[in-house]
Amino acid sequence: MTSLLKDQPPRAAPAQPLPGAPPPPGRRPGWGDDEGGPRRDDSPMPGMATAQLGMLMFLAAEGMLFAGFIGAFLVFRFGNASWPPPMQPRLPVAVTGVNTAILLLSGYTMIRALRAAARRKPAQLRASIIATALLGILFLAVQGYEWVRLVSFGLTMASGIYGATFYTLIGTHGLHVVGAVTWLLIISLLLARSRFRPARRLPLELCGMYWFFVVGVWPLLYVLVYLH
Amino acid sequence: MNETAAVAHATHESPGFVRTYLFSTDHKMIAKQFLWLGLIMMLLGGLLALMVRWELAWPETQLPLMNLISEKTWEALNESGSWIARMIPNGFISPESYNSLFTMHATIMVFLVVMPILVGTFGNFLIPLQIGAPDMAFPVLNMLSFWTTALGGLVMLAGFFVPGGHAAGGWTAYAPLSAQAIYTGVNWGQHLWLISLFILGVGSLMGSINYITTVINMRARGMTWFRMPLTIWSLFITAVLLLFALPVLQAAAVLLLFDRTLGTSFYLPAGGGEPLLWQHLFWFFGHPEVYVLILPAMGIVCDILPVFSRKPIFGYKAMAVAMISIAFLGFIVWGHHMFISGMNPSLAVGFSITTILISVPAALITMNWIATLFRASIRFTTPMLFALGVVSMFIIGGLSGIFLGLAPTDIFLHDTYFVVAHFHYIVFGFSILGIFAGIYFWFPKMFGRKLNETLGKIHFLATFITFNLVFFPMHMLGIGGHMRRIYNPLQYPFLEPLQPMNVFITVSAFLLGASQILFMINFFWGLAGKKTWEQNPWEANTLEWTAAPPRPPHGNFLTPPIVHHGPYVYSLPGSTQDWAPQNEELPGKLARAAAG
Repeated sequence: MTSLLKDQPPRAAPAQPLPGAPPPPGRRPGWGDDEGGPRRDDSPMPGMATAQLGMLMFLAAEGMLFAGFIGAFLVFRFGNASWPPPMQPRLPVAVTGVNTAILLLSGYTMIRALRAAARRKPAQLRASIIATALLGILFLAVQGYEWVRLVSFGLTMASGIYGATFYTLIGTHGLHVVGAVTWLLIISLLLARSRFRPARRLPLELCGMYWFFVVGVWPLLYVLVYLH
Repeated sequence: MNETAAVAHATHESPGFVRTYLFSTDHKMIAKQFLWLGLIMMLLGGLLALMVRWELAWPETQLPLMNLISEKTWEALNESGSWIARMIPNGFISPESYNSLFTMHATIMVFLVVMPILVGTFGNFLIPLQIGAPDMAFPVLNMLSFWTTALGGLVMLAGFFVPGGHAAGGWTAYAPLSAQAIYTGVNWGQHLWLISLFILGVGSLMGSINYITTVINMRARGMTWFRMPLTIWSLFITAVLLLFALPVLQAAAVLLLFDRTLGTSFYLPAGGGEPLLWQHLFWFFGHPEVYVLILPAMGIVCDILPVFSRKPIFGYKAMAVAMISIAFLGFIVWGHHMFISGMNPSLAVGFSITTILISVPAALITMNWIATLFRASIRFTTPMLFALGVVSMFIIGGLSGIFLGLAPTDIFLHDTYFVVAHFHYIVFGFSILGIFAGIYFWFPKMFGRKLNETLGKIHFLATFITFNLVFFPMHMLGIGGHMRRIYNPLQYPFLEPLQPMNVFITVSAFLLGASQILFMINFFWGLAGKKTWEQNPWEANTLEWTAAPPRPPHGNFLTPPIVHHGPYVYSLPGSTQDWAPQNEELPGKLARAAAG
């Protein structure tokens, strides 16, 4: 992440320097609108930009949310002699395997998008972002289709602990994908209107971090929930 | 400065009432918002506690002053089904409403008093000021954090007014008691309780992300990790604890809400669920939460003791490391709340050992405090008295904790008044006294004027004495077998001889409540009085006292501070002044002494 930041031209000093303050050292460029806000370059050890660090902390909390749900799921999976419990529909292992590949591919297109942004290639950036968003939507569509089928087979939230854990865990991930896709669509809209200057990659990088989290959690869920 | 900039400057200085007082992004204002929230809620939580105490001392008698309301009025209230008639029908506490009262006393005190004040107020106020930053890393997120917390508080309060009354499953909300409305008779109250907890969690997480990022990235030049005041260490560690513990509570709350609304059975044995799962998830959050409630107070005491002892804190690095190890161990001890829950007894051994391990860093911190005080010429100001109160109460509360941390003794003491005594020595004797210490200490920086010292000292004495009169006898009650949650203790003959003690505790509790009127008088008097904005009234070293009073037009400091040494350089041999602010460069010889 930091390597992406290096070629960024330092932005102008905050519009409103503190009275009598020496000019900011400019070791690290400030982000966003600094008007009246804090200077973000006065850290003695700028290992990581403030926004990214905040995002990382947010993702740590998200990770613990999933850890809570996964923990609950594992209690039932290993607490029951037979899993899935008898008389319950089987989960679509193969289709979801393909879906896993789709989501992982979207992770790759996201990497390409970030690379394009770093190399100032707006066309490639736009294409990669749209590709990522479309792959995300495809993933959601396949998930939705499978959910409809599972519900018709009688697997619901109230049908037992198997269905409840499945929909809670996979649904939480699905909601995160919805959020991430929405974010991507907003970014592609901004890109299409050319209001997104390549020099300001921050929102893109934050979105990328979030996307990598959503993609990265999925294989774990696939192995735990679908494969027995 | 050109003309446009000057205009922008002028307009920036007066952003209007709404931006200044309601939707402010200034960390100092947000800190005050959290303070008001916490203090108002403290009043409510305290009143609930007094109602609980009334019921225990004089079971099934009419609450005081309720005889002033005529019977006709009560009849009308009962018929209209108003919330007052549900909570205190005819001025009496019913068994159902008793359950709600102690549940909501605990919930409000933990989530809407101690957390908003210790973490919200002191975290917001002190982090940027003490590390020399102009504001938090994410000021807007900071504003959202307060308003999310306030929304969570509103949802929590709404529970009092819904049909069926408020949550009545205890603040721990053990399933299946809390998972089905048939057990407590509460439906929407428990829903709202869970939703509110989720929202409060989001608010706290926003704060935590902000605190961690700010401490890591926004420290002033020269403010290395081991030059940070221990308050900042404690708040940083608290934020990390919240970041890792709260999401697990939120996950648990979501599952419980699903059980209540969507017909799942995560915690209901009838549907293949596992009631113990709630306890595990809850206490995985709950025990780190205990350290959330005390660590900031620990930091505050670490900062107050040296100022009034005029001595460096004893073992600064050991203190920081001890706090880190408490936080780390805090995540692997949750099972000590569950010794009698029916979990595998061999797990109890492991959890006992990790729990007792915590007494090592805890004892280290206490001993370092005592060593800081040793042979010091102490200035007995109000904040110092409260800090000394914290130190002494931590010894009692810590020692009683050992009995509860060990499975063999806990099996006897579990869910008795001994537990109530123990955790009140911690959350009142430690957290609330710590809050008072902090308010008295930083009031001049927050509001520009010292609180009245004489009144403050009387407030301390009254609080300290009545607090012990309330909570110390509870140890005896507990060993006598008095249950932690019981509507009418007189229903058991073996508790009858203990009833005079219950009456004594309740009378003391009312005195403790009345003592807080002294604080309220002092607080509002302080707010109303003439502001002197004295820069460094306590002659302390940390950066907040060097910041220009009342405040510069932007941020906190006229010039970005540069830190030259640690925060506890007091009574340096060879120095003419017995304190040395962190941004003051000492001459070479003294600087070496300060560093060593």
